[in-house]
Amino acid sequence: MLSIANLKKTFTQPGGATLPILDIPKFEVAAGEQVVLIGRSGGGKTTLLHNIAGITKIDSGKILFDGLPLQTLSQEMRDRFRATNMGYVFQTFNLLPAFTALENVMLGMAFAKGKTDRGFAQKLLDRVGLKDRSGHRPAMMSVGEQQRVAVARALANRPRLLLADEPTANIDPANQQSIVDLIKESCEEFNIALILVTHTMEVANQFSRIDRLDDINQLAARAEEAIS
Amino acid sequence: MNLFTIASRSIRQRLLSSSLTMLSMAMGVTLVVAVLAIFGVVQKSFDANATLGYNVVVGAKGGKLQLTLNSVFYLSQPIENVPYEYYLEFKTQEFRFQEYQGSYSFKAIRQQHATRQTLAISTLGSSGPLGGLLGLVADATLQNEMDTMFPWNRPGKYKAYTNFVIPLCLGDYFGPYRVVGTTPDMFNLLRHGSAADDPYAMQGNGRNIEDFSEQHGYFEAVVGSVVARDRDVKLGDKINPSHGSEEGDSHATEFTVVGILEPTGTPNDRAVFINMEGFYRMSDHAKPLENEDPYGADQQGHKITDSDYRLPVEKREVTAMLVNMDPIFSVGVENAINEGPAAQAVYPVLEIRRLLDVFVTPVKVLLLVLTVMICVVSGLSILISIYNSMNERRGEIAVLRALGARRLTVYGIVSLESLILSVAGGLFGFLIGHGLIAMSSPFVEARTGVRLGFFDFAPPLPIAIPYLNQLSPEILLIPGLVILAVVVGFIPAYSAYRTDVAKSLGK
Repeated sequence: MLSIANLKKTFTQPGGATLPILDIPKFEVAAGEQVVLIGRSGGGKTTLLHNIAGITKIDSGKILFDGLPLQTLSQEMRDRFRATNMGYVFQTFNLLPAFTALENVMLGMAFAKGKTDRGFAQKLLDRVGLKDRSGHRPAMMSVGEQQRVAVARALANRPRLLLADEPTANIDPANQQSIVDLIKESCEEFNIALILVTHTMEVANQFSRIDRLDDINQLAARAEEAIS
Repeated sequence: MNLFTIASRSIRQRLLSSSLTMLSMAMGVTLVVAVLAIFGVVQKSFDANATLGYNVVVGAKGGKLQLTLNSVFYLSQPIENVPYEYYLEFKTQEFRFQEYQGSYSFKAIRQQHATRQTLAISTLGSSGPLGGLLGLVADATLQNEMDTMFPWNRPGKYKAYTNFVIPLCLGDYFGPYRVVGTTPDMFNLLRHGSAADDPYAMQGNGRNIEDFSEQHGYFEAVVGSVVARDRDVKLGDKINPSHGSEEGDSHATEFTVVGILEPTGTPNDRAVFINMEGFYRMSDHAKPLENEDPYGADQQGHKITDSDYRLPVEKREVTAMLVNMDPIFSVGVENAINEGPAAQAVYPVLEIRRLLDVFVTPVKVLLLVLTVMICVVSGLSILISIYNSMNERRGEIAVLRALGARRLTVYGIVSLESLILSVAGGLFGFLIGHGLIAMSSPFVEARTGVRLGFFDFAPPLPIAIPYLNQLSPEILLIPGLVILAVVVGFIPAYSAYRTDVAKSLGK
């Protein structure tokens, strides 16, 4: 489903110097497959997710999503494609504080289809165990609950690929496992491919496929060195 | 969930900052509404004066503006007086005959007539038939002259073109307010208001002055609403005009207040009106004549009652005449009067307009500039507020983008926030502004006569743009606010549009 070939990404630093961050000859994910990407901080894991999501453009190479070359799409089309085909779970949840849990989930729908499905949004909240918390705003919820809402939001458009960027990093150990279980089970339930970035082996070990970024990114070691 | 919901939630999230921004806009719009209301009051005051109820003022030769100022606004000093006969040139033959009855000229002719008749009869007796015949012929000639040539036997020269004329005798004061000697026609015939069709009404049980009343004779007064309030004048009070100026000596003659005008918004609110005959009766007011007593001790004019006579025409003068004239003939009459040596005729509206063009138009322009500046400042406050919030909101915008919101969508959301703040602030300011107008209405009405209500909109602005100059600028405020919101929202919205999602997104 997802096929990356010869992906290169370089950042320009404030002084004008360039910093090559990704050089991935090949990386593939099959439909419904769950992949854990591990690596140290600054290794380019988030950058790779941003590239796949179309949030940032790659310098060269190909990102094929069911054969569609995402790198050729315009900004507008990438936004639209991301909204309809991908879900994104952030490390810091990134819920909008002005909206309730239910509205945060519906917000994910608003930009993909132009209309929202309140029933499905509520169903998702039920699924993540927040049946009675749908009217609460993020500030009134625990971090674990907030991340559950973030997962529900990522699933709102029935994506084909879920990108989870260290989803348990800010969560207390007691809740970490439940979030991992939730993501894992949801992806299985809705047949969603998953790329989950983590630097915690306890999390990684729960998945059958574990890719080390250092193995797939030829520049990982170098980038890590430069950033540190 | 639509963009409006997202934008309004974002506003709610920054409630304090948004409220202050909205308040800033509300204050701006309140000021705009207030400025426009002031403009409206100026305009309405002008309109009230632009339809005076008469179209020509006749007075002594001199400055046209001065004549207008002292006869329309009761300002400045009167130029001079014109003979009463000039006033009679605007009146009917019947009225003239009545007025001339007590005149010295009328008496002189009557005396000559009597002398000739006596002479003819005595000649008939002593000089034979021929002499008597000559005497009768002379008498018949005199009678013919009386019938055709003498002023009491014809209508006034300008009567045919005149709907009504109101004489004014100026010179005295009641406190700082002018005392105007006039006739009951002042309030019986004259109308006011924007269409000059509102009759002058009296407060309470008040009434107009009478030509001659059994109760007060010639000594009645009607007081303008401002004068009554300012000087605490009530019906039945006696007032003594002071001579020549506010500080002048008070006349011994007392006038009884029989009426207090309802507020009209005209200069008449700020004047006292007394019977013209009473005006003449005050000391030193009747015109002194070279030969004060040409026909014996009888200086009286025509008889009113057994004990009351009017002054002879020769001893009477008027300062100005307010003439309601058929507009078709007014130009010809104006020329005829101005070509003569005794008087001048002016179009007061023309003079007022010239005066206002000099003083009021710059004020109007100033008010408009002020209005535009207020709008710009209010707009800038919105711009600054939203722009300052952009830094803290960049993460939220990045999340929206990551969730699939397109750049134009976030641009639209921020623009919509600007629009909501502008319009909501504007509506709030509109309500405050009109509330203040309604509250200040009694104060404004007392001073200008212009009535203001909560739903009174400012009059159209004097701009040379078709259609727009037909609409109240307050109606234009709505699209104006929308345009302002779009303009000031552009910079923060563009900033949102340009947000670097990857950099702004928390991991």
